[in-house]
Amino acid sequence: MGKTLFDKIWDSHVVKSIDDGPNVLYIDRHFIHEVTSPQAFAGIKERGGKVARPDQVVATPDHNIPTIDQHLTIQDELSRLQVETLKKNCEENGITMYGLNHPYNGIVHVVGPELGITQPGMTMVCGDSHTSTHGAFGSIAFGIGTSEVEMALATQCIMQPKPKSMRINIEGELANGVTSKDIILYIIAQISTGGGTGYFVEFAGSAIRSLSMEARMTICNMSIEMGARGGMIAPDETTYEYIKGREFAPKAEKWDKAVAYWKSLCTDDDAVFDKELNYKASDIEPMITYGTNPGMGAKVNSNIPTLDSIEDSSKNTFQKSMDYMGFAAGDKLEGKAIDYVFVGSCTNGRIEDLRQFAAAVKGKKKADSVTAWIVPGSKQVEKQALAEGIKEELEAAGFELRQPGCSACLAMNDDKIPEGKYAVSTSNRNFEGRQGPGSRTLLASPLTAAAAAVTGTIADPRTIFNL
Amino acid sequence: MSIEKFVTVQTTVVPLPIENVDTDQIIPARFLKATTKEGFGDNLFYDWRYEKSGEPKADFVLNNDKYSGSVLVAGKNFGSGSSREHAAWAIAGYGFKAVVSSFFADIFRGNALNNGVLPVIVSEAFLAGLFKSIDADPKAELKIDLQAQTITNVSTGEFESFEINSYKKDCLLNGLDDIDYLLSLKDEIAAYEKQAVKF
Repeated sequence: MGKTLFDKIWDSHVVKSIDDGPNVLYIDRHFIHEVTSPQAFAGIKERGGKVARPDQVVATPDHNIPTIDQHLTIQDELSRLQVETLKKNCEENGITMYGLNHPYNGIVHVVGPELGITQPGMTMVCGDSHTSTHGAFGSIAFGIGTSEVEMALATQCIMQPKPKSMRINIEGELANGVTSKDIILYIIAQISTGGGTGYFVEFAGSAIRSLSMEARMTICNMSIEMGARGGMIAPDETTYEYIKGREFAPKAEKWDKAVAYWKSLCTDDDAVFDKELNYKASDIEPMITYGTNPGMGAKVNSNIPTLDSIEDSSKNTFQKSMDYMGFAAGDKLEGKAIDYVFVGSCTNGRIEDLRQFAAAVKGKKKADSVTAWIVPGSKQVEKQALAEGIKEELEAAGFELRQPGCSACLAMNDDKIPEGKYAVSTSNRNFEGRQGPGSRTLLASPLTAAAAAVTGTIADPRTIFNL
Repeated sequence: MSIEKFVTVQTTVVPLPIENVDTDQIIPARFLKATTKEGFGDNLFYDWRYEKSGEPKADFVLNNDKYSGSVLVAGKNFGSGSSREHAAWAIAGYGFKAVVSSFFADIFRGNALNNGVLPVIVSEAFLAGLFKSIDADPKAELKIDLQAQTITNVSTGEFESFEINSYKKDCLLNGLDDIDYLLSLKDEIAAYEKQAVKF
């Protein structure tokens, strides 16, 4: 029987398999940031150990950093201490860190791919659930806890039970105004936030193959939001084209050798998945979430489900969510007033997302009632946005381009959505308080966020922008 | 280093009959700025537990004197979302030894195990029965025997077996952690590296 893409990579990274227990899995690349690493370094120190393979670890502070005035000292004392602790730990252990103001600084999951660190066939971890982003390159990448960060730092291995395999096929062509964010929000709405739990998911089908690397990253990024251990897409010409020439990409004869190996990274025709799901691209329309988990999503031109469509055992949880959001079951989504728009994060903070948003709002004006934060995912994205004139385009429409970081996605810095306010966000989570205590998040694509930004309401981008 | 050994518990429980409790609720992001593992228990479920003023919210279960105990019983899909191990530190720091639910998110489950907190997966029916018993009597007890891999609703006598791989079971029963084990594999890891694909 043939092997899946996942099996090929996983099996080739097993150092040891424990009977009725986890596998000892070798990790090729380990990303760290300031929030989930300090206790891991402290643990290593306490044991009197050291970082095993510092050249396979890359650090970038991203969660806590401000998105304005980055040339100044970080004002928040605890945030500053975490960022300084990361710097100190990296210096002591010989780990490369792209600190604040470094031209390579940015959100860890934006930085890895754009520098060519992320490559097909690798195993990659980070103490951050959105590590699944890197799976877009045909790597096995997933989020881990701090104990596992310590394991990876101390031994370059972690212990993981092998997940089950799932393939999600999306066939056909996406309609105008429908983006990869809509694909993943649609899938999560279909299978719920627990639908992928226990599985590692390969995304396949003609709709996936037609996507750019940026768009593929958005899908793999949010595979964790359906509970999956990670998501991945087999590498192809689009992948090689994206990697080629980037700073840490293999060069010259190494490049040829690498591509030859990467070409072997695909699921065999006779491989069998534990679960397989099929969707039609033509069924997917612009999506938005209305509740407090990413599975509570609907077509932007539809209504919130009625209470009788919810299972009895889930009714209380559903109602709690509606109360938090200030919505009622059955409400029409279009036309609801919103207060904030956030474009950014490891989900949709890449250059393509900024391009899409800027092109949409061109010739229009930000609604006066809306506060908008447009946050590039990295310094490199910021630089490119400047070079392409995106900053001017945004400014002409009344938007300001901020500096890179995780920002309002999880509001660890000052970018907090105030209590009770509605934010249409291109990020990944709409949990209670995710964007600040009491904040109400509506997840959507950059295009749907643009429609909200210029109308001040939930709106269908196909109507607003004549797509 | 080690984790606390897991011994059989028989205890009253804290019920949280809400589904999809994500790690942002267990420990909101603004509390992740610490550089140690201490003190997270005080901020467990902070935004559900406290008013903005810092006053306890009377209707939240952790503030209700009727309920106590070292086991949290929660609705399905507990621990979804962020990989923050701070969620497990908060649960352990508060004093919970185990969390019972019909479904756990993968990363949280791993993080809990790595901190000596046992995630016990039960059937929907057993979970519903448990909530019913607690509803009828807040002092209803639950017994978790890791060695035998059984969980018992003491009020009704109903019990179930639960799954845990024998490696992790052994770690919890003996208070061992993965890092010591991995450090003992130094030679095997080096041998692996020699044959691995590299460019």
